[in-house]
Amino acid sequence: MTTMTSAALESQPAIAVRDLTVAYNDRPVIWDLDLDVPAGVLMAIVGPNGAGKTTLIKAMLDLVRPAAGQVEILGQPYRKSRDRVGYVPQRGSVDWDFPTNVLDVVQMGRYGALGWIRRPGNRERELALEALDKVSMGEFADRQISQLSGGQQQRVFLARALVQNADVYLMDEPFQGVDATTERAIITLLKELRSEGKTVVCVHHDLQTVPDYFDWVALLNIRKIASGPVSEVYNETNLRLTYGGRVAFLSRDAAAPATAQAAVEED
Amino acid sequence: MFPDFLTDIYSDYTIRNITLGAMVLGLVSGSLGTFAVLRRQSLLGDSISHAVLPGIILAFMLTGSRDPLILILGAAIVGWLATLSIMAIVNTTRIKQDASLALVLSVFFGFGMVLMTFVQRQPDAAAAGLQRFLFGQAAAIIWDDVRTMLLIGGAAMAVFLLFWKEFKLVVFDRAFAFSLGMPVRRFDVLLTTLLVIAIVIGLQTVGVILMSAMVVAPAAAARQWTDRLGLVTTLAGLFGALAGVTGALISAYAARMPTGPTIVLCLTAIVLFSLVLAPNRGILWAWVRQHRQSRELRSRVVLADLYWLSQQHAGDDSGHSIATLEAMSAGRVAVDHGLEDLEQAGLAERTDEETWTITERGREQAIRDLAEEEREGSDV
Ligand SMILES: Nc1ncnc2c1ncn2[C@@H]1O[C@H](COP(=O)(O)OP(=O)(O)OP(=O)(O)O)[C@@H](O)[C@H]1O
Ligand SMILES: [Mg+2]
Repeated sequence: MTTMTSAALESQPAIAVRDLTVAYNDRPVIWDLDLDVPAGVLMAIVGPNGAGKTTLIKAMLDLVRPAAGQVEILGQPYRKSRDRVGYVPQRGSVDWDFPTNVLDVVQMGRYGALGWIRRPGNRERELALEALDKVSMGEFADRQISQLSGGQQQRVFLARALVQNADVYLMDEPFQGVDATTERAIITLLKELRSEGKTVVCVHHDLQTVPDYFDWVALLNIRKIASGPVSEVYNETNLRLTYGGRVAFLSRDAAAPATAQAAVEED
Repeated sequence: MFPDFLTDIYSDYTIRNITLGAMVLGLVSGSLGTFAVLRRQSLLGDSISHAVLPGIILAFMLTGSRDPLILILGAAIVGWLATLSIMAIVNTTRIKQDASLALVLSVFFGFGMVLMTFVQRQPDAAAAGLQRFLFGQAAAIIWDDVRTMLLIGGAAMAVFLLFWKEFKLVVFDRAFAFSLGMPVRRFDVLLTTLLVIAIVIGLQTVGVILMSAMVVAPAAAARQWTDRLGLVTTLAGLFGALAGVTGALISAYAARMPTGPTIVLCLTAIVLFSLVLAPNRGILWAWVRQHRQSRELRSRVVLADLYWLSQQHAGDDSGHSIATLEAMSAGRVAVDHGLEDLEQAGLAERTDEETWTITERGREQAIRDLAEEEREGSDV
């Protein structure tokens, strides 16, 4: 590693998925998937409900055991590179009635760096407050997590990922249930991460905003339909293949509600 | 110490043991129980506590000893076996969690009862005391028992505090804990072990039948009072200790009752008190809050109507009749009560028996309210 030039490091994909197959109860939900995510891109994973998007993220994080294939992050298996990976789970995956406050949840992002037994201290507190400011949640630090709105919960999770200070971020639907203002704030933040050279991968549902928000995209429906720069692969043919013909069109001037309809039909 | 010092000191010595024992047991099972409740494992606790009965009897049959440490060890091993059986049933058959909990509970407990009946038929007098493991008997606590509880409970609490941050993360956000590379499954095992310890530590004082209440109820009560995990856990420990000591002393001296039910009665009092009176989450406060809110809403509606009327009839300060206001709010609110509240706040005043008018302050307030409504409306 140390002998490699920085150019070589940059050309190495941030995430490399090879021949990945994941099955639940013998039913494959990801089938023989190859995917390269270049370093420094902001990538969307799109696909209908049940397409295996969450499962793909989980497989990247070693949270599910694949039936075949492997994933490398920054050139190494996840267990070696996990200090450089940040994770934003789907918001609904935790019990928000758990008795704790916002600051405490954000500090959890430092637990990996803290190691065993050691408790978060002043430094962790400062990092957490800084991250909360970045997602404009600074004034909520002492708020009980049960008293947050959906969008605020999402931003707490985002702040927790930020304090991980990772090079690769994997986010499962970071825009789910947030209002337009918050969505813009979040995407600005993600673009900022990209400009710092970080790689950000988001599961995303709003087909309309993909070209505005992301520069890279993977279309997924159990198999990979396509992946690459948005300008090259994000077209009607591929979307039709992904959503099974239910996306009637995707021209930029098409009416927004119709595209939203495509996503709703799948729910 | 001085075992045959004086006979009346003897009773103090007993009181001390009972108090200390019940306190340690309440503290340990109450605070360890917090995580079981947060992990939604309350029913698992109940199954384990019933299922350990054969462990106690078997330990006695195999060793012939009534040393509390040995009996507790027997209980812990069988408690673990029961937990493994439940997991195995859920994982390998189509039987769901609730059914497998009930199944293991009844099979293990039934087996334990058979063993107990069998042992008690034997001429061996030593077996006589085993009956107390059903409903518990605080009066029988001796220093040996207290020492055993301190030993096991102390070790459990030490582990609990040492890995506090890890336990918290694993319980709150499993997937994230996994992603950080934490050995989540090992922590599951550790947490379940702590649950087993929280149960077996009180078996001879509270008894297998009601012991799970000692684990679940303090945490449920404590959760009412605070939203901070550290405080919930501490409070649960204190509630457990309070109920334990009170119940044990009552059962040992005042009433001729088995200890388990007495302690559980004390716990019930604490839980009820917390359910009703705890600020924020308590039923009483929720009721008060709701009442206050609906009163406020009522005054706002009436004030807005008064304001509108005063705009329509500018210059006419003879007042507006209650009947008009009632028609305007279309029976949505009790206008007369609303007017009384407004009068008290100095926002409206009576001009005649049946007519009211808005005051200057009321006007200002109504304008503020309207502006606020507008702002909120545009947010949506
Ligand atoms: N733990 C599980 N056990 C069994 N099947 C599962 C499990 N998790 C997911 N699945 C199945 O795997 C498939 C893919 O699920 P996944 O959660 O990856 O979809 P997704 O693309 O994230 O969908 P969504 O858009 O709804 O979030 C689905 O058909 C789902 O039913
Ligand atoms: Mg998903």
